[in-house]
Amino acid sequence: MTDKLIQSPNQMKRALTRISHEILERNGGVTDVILVGMHSRGVPLSKRMSSIVKNVENRSIEVGVLDIGMYRDDIAEKGVLPVRPTDIKTDINGKKIVIVDDVLYTGRSIRAAMDALNDLGRPKQIQLAVLIDRGHRELPIRADYVGKNVPTSREEDVEVRLVEIDGVDEVVIKTRSRM
Amino acid sequence: MNIYNNTGPSVRHILDLDTFSKADIELVLKNATTMEEVLKRGIKKVPVLRGKTIVTLFYESSTRTRASFEQAGKILSADVINVSSSTSSANKGESLYNTALTLQAMKADIIIIRHPDSGAPNFIARHLESSVINAGDGMHAHPTQGLLDLFTITKKLGSVDGKKVVIVGDVLYSRVARSNIWGLTKMGARVVLCGPRTLIPNDFLNGHRAQEGHPFGGVEVETNLEKAIENADVVMALRLQLERQRAGHLPSIREYSQQYGINKAKLSLANQNVILMHPGPMNEGIEIESDAAHGQYSMVEEQVTNGVAVRMALLHSLASDSNHPTNSNSNKEIGI
Repeated sequence: MTDKLIQSPNQMKRALTRISHEILERNGGVTDVILVGMHSRGVPLSKRMSSIVKNVENRSIEVGVLDIGMYRDDIAEKGVLPVRPTDIKTDINGKKIVIVDDVLYTGRSIRAAMDALNDLGRPKQIQLAVLIDRGHRELPIRADYVGKNVPTSREEDVEVRLVEIDGVDEVVIKTRSRM
Repeated sequence: MNIYNNTGPSVRHILDLDTFSKADIELVLKNATTMEEVLKRGIKKVPVLRGKTIVTLFYESSTRTRASFEQAGKILSADVINVSSSTSSANKGESLYNTALTLQAMKADIIIIRHPDSGAPNFIARHLESSVINAGDGMHAHPTQGLLDLFTITKKLGSVDGKKVVIVGDVLYSRVARSNIWGLTKMGARVVLCGPRTLIPNDFLNGHRAQEGHPFGGVEVETNLEKAIENADVVMALRLQLERQRAGHLPSIREYSQQYGINKAKLSLANQNVILMHPGPMNEGIEIESDAAHGQYSMVEEQVTNGVAVRMALLHSLASDSNHPTNSNSNKEIGI
């Protein structure tokens, strides 16, 4: 197993800063925008983006947490995992929701996230921000904001590590050794 | 036992809490918190059990347990079929075994059973491919009630560990008490049983304590309610099972209620933040007085809400196809 570093702490910081600015630009500020982080690593990412936004706009942007455990389509294959609470404080009807996740891969988690959001209400718009887009989509889904596009093969794993969870900020590609 | 396992065999049946580890119980309580959030939504529906069929098979009357399972299943998008013995072919003499096989043949994924005979759920679990949940069997066990009581205590008091829990009344005939004693002792509570000696199982009066290392070795017995309630964090009143009171355990119901009925005055002897629980249905005026049942300490209605969340968590844990013996190598029969 070999690790290849594709994003250093500084590069991650710059990417998040750029995405945060893009979100502000596209939505004309923070009014009616909610950043919704997906468990697990989307949650600290969305919090970091909200603090970047606060520094720029002097206004805070709402942050929520979304768990898609009960909306996945692969329970039969992967078994049951513990489910974690969804926590979005405000009514999402008519709001612009930005889903925040670490890696965009097949698009199936994002499909599940959109289903989960629909059960909470009818947002005006749903946008998607990801730190890494690694390709290999299985559904017609694309991200609105991308930190870094990383071409990968299916034999590789992209691992995002964050200080809040893993004690370090970095993104690495791991190649699964073939037996 | 490992309820959540994304690689290999996992739990198939929920029959009693004796097979649950402390970590299993903690995981159920954690997931119940998540389910609680779903219960509070405007649209109380998530698709996780879409396409699953749940059958409630009840050979005894029930309001809350049956409705609670039905509500839990429906919120998780399962299809729920209710069968009760009074309107089923059990009336025509069909055996439990044949009824269960019939329901399985209709592709029921989970069969939830209540039966007056202790061990009935264990019996059908041995013969069925479907998952079996015990919703109360005779004097044996009522594991989902035990878990929802643990959930209620944890939510209200922060944890179960070290708390003094007094279980009052008809322990002898109570499956609720038995499952609670398993759950509470595993989670580190100090359990005190209180009631007339005729309604306390003999093992607690003279058996367990002599045995070193018995899981119930630490369970205390105190026949004086005032003494038992002193410093209690939780008072759990049990329903006096009037339908089973033909054996002459009590001189009179009136005397019982004077000595062991929970009222507001008796609760004032407990800890200031004491909570009062009752599994329902309540005999108000016998084991519990109205001023307590509907007073500030009462958790009775919260227990019902918590029951839905806990049952959602349990149904979800049985949801995976990989639990099913036909789909994987999981032939482990846990909880039997």
